[in-house]
Amino acid sequence: MTDDADALATPMLKEIAMTPWTRAGLGLVMMTTVATAQAEDVRIGMITTLSGGGSHLGVDVRDGFMLAIDRAGREDLEVLVQDDARRPDLARSLANEFVQRDEVDILTGIIWSNLAMAVVPSVVRQGTFYLSPNAGPSALAGKLCHPNYFNVAYQNDNLHGAMGAYMREQGFQAPLLMAPNYPAGTDALAGFKHLFEGEVADEIYTQLGQTDYAAEIARIRASEADSLFFFLPGGMGISFMKQWENSGVDLPVFGAAFSFDETIIQAVGSAAIGAMNTAQWAYDLDNAANRTFVEAFRETHERTPTLYAAQGYDTARLILSALETAHPSDQAAFREALREADFASVRGEFRFNTNQHPIQDIYVREVVEGADGQPTNRLVGVAVEDIQDVYAEQCRL
Amino acid sequence: MPDVSVSLLIEQLINGLQLGTMLFLMASGLTLVFGVMGLINLAHGSFYMVGAYVTALVTAATGSFLLGLGAGVLAAAAAGAIVELVVIRRLYRRQHLDQVLATFALILVFSEGTRWLFGSSPLWLSPPEALSGSVALPGGSRYPVYRLMIIAVGVGVAAALYLLIAHTRLGMRIRAGESDREMIGALGVNIQRLYTLVFALGAALAGLAGSLVGALQSVQVGMGEPVLILAFVVIVIGGIGSIKGALLGALLVGLVDTLGRALLPALLAQFMPPADAAGTGTALAAMLIYLLMAVILAVKPTGLFAAHD
Repeated sequence: MTDDADALATPMLKEIAMTPWTRAGLGLVMMTTVATAQAEDVRIGMITTLSGGGSHLGVDVRDGFMLAIDRAGREDLEVLVQDDARRPDLARSLANEFVQRDEVDILTGIIWSNLAMAVVPSVVRQGTFYLSPNAGPSALAGKLCHPNYFNVAYQNDNLHGAMGAYMREQGFQAPLLMAPNYPAGTDALAGFKHLFEGEVADEIYTQLGQTDYAAEIARIRASEADSLFFFLPGGMGISFMKQWENSGVDLPVFGAAFSFDETIIQAVGSAAIGAMNTAQWAYDLDNAANRTFVEAFRETHERTPTLYAAQGYDTARLILSALETAHPSDQAAFREALREADFASVRGEFRFNTNQHPIQDIYVREVVEGADGQPTNRLVGVAVEDIQDVYAEQCRL
Repeated sequence: MPDVSVSLLIEQLINGLQLGTMLFLMASGLTLVFGVMGLINLAHGSFYMVGAYVTALVTAATGSFLLGLGAGVLAAAAAGAIVELVVIRRLYRRQHLDQVLATFALILVFSEGTRWLFGSSPLWLSPPEALSGSVALPGGSRYPVYRLMIIAVGVGVAAALYLLIAHTRLGMRIRAGESDREMIGALGVNIQRLYTLVFALGAALAGLAGSLVGALQSVQVGMGEPVLILAFVVIVIGGIGSIKGALLGALLVGLVDTLGRALLPALLAQFMPPADAAGTGTALAAMLIYLLMAVILAVKPTGLFAAHD
């Protein structure tokens, strides 16, 4: 409808002598067309990382999201996608553009917690819905929680905490913990320790973006640790695992799925085999929704989906489920519909806590050699059932 | 200090040496280009990336790491020669600011071009079978063979560069170019060809570093830039334009950085709670090489071995 109005308007604009008054009048006409179109259509803005470091996360969130949208085949849905290049300032200005110029009903897509912190609080205050397909900083789960903010992935601590619980159950006495020296790194180790509950052998903080880990590996070798838990997202984890393999240190390795998604372990190669990692989803999880998703994703994109793709897919399916009952312009009804989470999540059981963050099972996966000789994740079992974050108490919703 | 034993110290010293030799491969090309042509080349890290990518691709296609390594070095040299002919050649007479802007643009072109061609996922590259595994060190610790090989290659390149510059005709021209650019042109040396050659040589060294380190790290877009920053610190410390300075600066930076990361947290833990010591120690260690650079510049403003004194 909007397109038709534009097509009609463009030749007219060329022919009419454009006095300021006709210009203003035409503008008014066009604005009303857009406004009526909006009452029926739903516009979704996606800001995600499609270039620069860590862009495979954004690409997978987008591909998962669009797969669900395409499969739904709804004509009244429009998804606008923009690349934030992992820059908080760019993400902010894209969000303003989406909210003010494009008047989107729903925003989604941000991968990184620092970008989410720059964007989410202000857009939800302006009355736009924000559904997070990845980033789950503690502030947004606690003090800064908001009725228009939903997290469909996890609170950042979930996967680390679940691994702490799993390692305690497995009888490890002295894990050594390693993470980059920045907020998400210290949070990860705090989350781990919260559910591990025992003493750890040592904590090593690395520099963010570090590529050489020889000094750290030597410290691990000299320590009395019986296991290693690390959080090194993206390229850092790849570098570390490759250097770890030939170091001659022989400790079992544990981590969260962020260092062991399907894309990363392909780049790490055989060095990743045997590593255990926690995730809220696994591609070999046995439920009907997941089988459909994995099959469709492989067919469309010729690769195995990562957890990020699953999160994008679930986010879109949640939106689609809520649209069945209400339009986002009816804020209260649409919010209620989102809270219901009435969709078959690819991760199985899924519901929202009071702070609109997931209550879900966290699984343990092991990296094994796949049928084609390439490393791949295999589901081992459940680490923690119905995990929820500790920040919900601070959220007054 | 309980957790700093002799064997750990030996291992960390070798680690520092290894980081230093790798930095030398990067810094020697950078300093050569600056010394001979007076050009600040921010795109040097892109040749590092080209080397790593081509090595990863050729190794995956042929199964031979050695072939991949050769292809990586040649590709980086070729990329260097092409960039010199097409872009850099127009920059010699310009100010440093123009050079910085143009070579920064080259970084963007290389990065986006690589992403466009190969996607944003990191590529797989591992050390060859023959060089995987580890050997025993004196003191009972073990050390990866591959890292020892990088040290050996670094030492070999340093020796070869010394021979090239001190004992060959090309080296004589490079030295002449460093001391007086106009004069060697006037003496009938084809200065343009010399520049292209030196630039390609620098790019080849960066490509060699990228190819070698690619097997230890993640081969991805933008991998060259963190190393480039360290390489700049190295040449500023060593004295811009001096190969000897680059070697000494690289070893200094490698050792200070590694030993700082290894020892500072343990050192601070003697008089701080361990959790704070870990964070503060890491933060301090990250600053250490810049402190080193500041101190050296305060004492010797042109670096340890400046070429143009």
